Amino acid sequence: MNAPQTGRLAATFARLQASGRKGLIPYLTAGDPTPAATVPIMHALVTAGADVLEFGVPFSDPMADGPVIQRACERALSHHTGLWDVLDMVAEFRRTDTTTPIVLMGYLNPVVICGVEAFAQRAAQAGVDGVLSVDLAVEEAADFVSTFRTAGLDSVFLLAPTSADARVTAVNEYAGGFLYYVSLKGVTGAATIDLDDVEKHVGRIRARTKLPIAVGFGIRDARSAAAVARVADAVVVGSALVAEIEAHRDDVAGLPSRLAAKLAPMRAALDSLK
Amino acid sequence: MTDFAVPDAGGHFGAYGGRFVAETLIEPLRQLEDAYARLKDDSAFKAELERDLHDYVGRPSPLYFAERLTKAWGGARIYLKREDLNHTGAHKINNTVGQALLARALGKTRIIAETGAGQHGVATATVAARLGLKCVVYMGSEDVARQSPNVYRMKLLGAEVRPVDSGSRTLKDALNEALRDWVTNVDDTYYLIGTVAGPHPYPMIVRDFNAVVGREVLQQAQAAFGRLPDALVACVGGGSNAMGLFHAFLPHEDVALYGVEAGGEGLASGHHAARLSGPGRPGVLHGNRTYVLADDNGQILGTHSISAGLDYPGVGPEHAWLKDIGRAHYVAITDNEALAAFHELSLVEGIIPALESSHAVAYAKKLAPQLGLDKNIVVNLSGRGDKDIFAIAEREGVKL
Repeated sequence: MNAPQTGRLAATFARLQASGRKGLIPYLTAGDPTPAATVPIMHALVTAGADVLEFGVPFSDPMADGPVIQRACERALSHHTGLWDVLDMVAEFRRTDTTTPIVLMGYLNPVVICGVEAFAQRAAQAGVDGVLSVDLAVEEAADFVSTFRTAGLDSVFLLAPTSADARVTAVNEYAGGFLYYVSLKGVTGAATIDLDDVEKHVGRIRARTKLPIAVGFGIRDARSAAAVARVADAVVVGSALVAEIEAHRDDVAGLPSRLAAKLAPMRAALDSLK
Repeated sequence: MTDFAVPDAGGHFGAYGGRFVAETLIEPLRQLEDAYARLKDDSAFKAELERDLHDYVGRPSPLYFAERLTKAWGGARIYLKREDLNHTGAHKINNTVGQALLARALGKTRIIAETGAGQHGVATATVAARLGLKCVVYMGSEDVARQSPNVYRMKLLGAEVRPVDSGSRTLKDALNEALRDWVTNVDDTYYLIGTVAGPHPYPMIVRDFNAVVGREVLQQAQAAFGRLPDALVACVGGGSNAMGLFHAFLPHEDVALYGVEAGGEGLASGHHAARLSGPGRPGVLHGNRTYVLADDNGQILGTHSISAGLDYPGVGPEHAWLKDIGRAHYVAITDNEALAAFHELSLVEGIIPALESSHAVAYAKKLAPQLGLDKNIVVNLSGRGDKDIFAIAEREGVKL
């Protein structure tokens, strides 16, 4: 079921591996704090060292997210940022950046209501590379993954500390691009991280997949990013960046440089691991 | 003939149901599924559940012939299934008693729940108190305001009530918050869902524990009028009291099933919770595929109902399936119609119904003359109205 390992995600991880570098994957919610602010922030994150962008699709009921990302969704939705608007932002980003992979992260309901096939085709046209549906468990995934694959989109899946070995194998059957290990039980933006535990589980996953493994949830600064990157192929940083957007939401013009300043030390810390 | 032995192993009711959750919740759901599969036919478990339902809940609840109401409406005979007489005043306790036994079997020490009207919160706090388990109930802050007697009741029972200020501050947001709590505290915490929604196996478990209602009605109808009822009527928020009443009757296809949704201020107003009888469409919410009220971008819409318990944008997946196959019919009753039924039942039969159940009563009033004199309608009187009297007094400008 795996998508062919071609395209921007595969190329990016191959390049990272060849150069012995670790991937840095920032998350931001599309349309937060305003739709006009988003594309400049995306470019700034790439300039500051992002290898892949995780691009959140706002949803009214983000059940697996903590208060920080929930509020980001509310800010985006106050400007009515819908799924098609999100794809328009991707297309605009692609006008000047044709290489940085973009993974949409969100919940299924907008995709189902807008139409899975229509979404997949328009997402691929806009320049999306992968789709991570937070509430798409592997048991329900077959039809979605096959539609996404036909359109040329990778399906990125979450794995948790509680994912049993057989489940890791099952998820790997459907997954493309990379596997995303969520290092904490809990919602996004929660507490601290147990590195020994992460290492144990990432090792367990690695034994069952050829895909790169990104680790997220609980990474907030250069130190935690570097620590996690020792055992992962890439790290995802989300709530820490979104909290920065929230704190400076009234200074939209200044957000790209603020976000870049937040991400750059993480890039430096990852590169110092070489 | 339709096979009513649903759901399948994956929790599907036709195209609906299933398990649409973040990966972190898969393992606890699997554990719950295993525990339930192991215990549901276990004779000791069944005996304990039966004892609790009899001695603690007060089952069986009566099937009451509402003679004066029948006369007043001039149509089919109206029978009321008196779930309002259960301990804690609603059908909700049938499910919480059962799930509390599951929580204990799984070794959990903390129970969390979401609640709309507060009936499920009270029923959860009640069983938690009885088993000595810590209890946290999430409740939208708007519902906290309009259901204050139940909030106080939960506190008296030792539960902590956490108001939820996000989104529309109603049941759906309480459910989001409970899911977040569960994913964070999954090791020691049991999530006691109060309706036939959520991810598999909850829609099945909650239905099964409420199905005692319909099983009793099957027997009571024989005793009361010597045959099956012609129609069953129940309100549908998430849909647990309706599934409880309907379940045993699904194969009896001559028995018409009516689920009554909140028509709020009328379907044209946009302020309602008519998922199956209005503009709802198939989507994914709170772990299952079902009909939802959503805009064209797939954002979940705010709902409105005079009754907090019906104020929910999704609906149990089995109802979605029953609608599609035509086995059950779904209709809407407005706030004003429900309120009129609330008063009429109070005055004519001396029974003050919950506002949720008043929707079912109001629809039975429309149905009775259509069916005719020689027919029998069973209405699920799912809860009593004590919790609603303050909000109604305020709405009607009465100072208490």
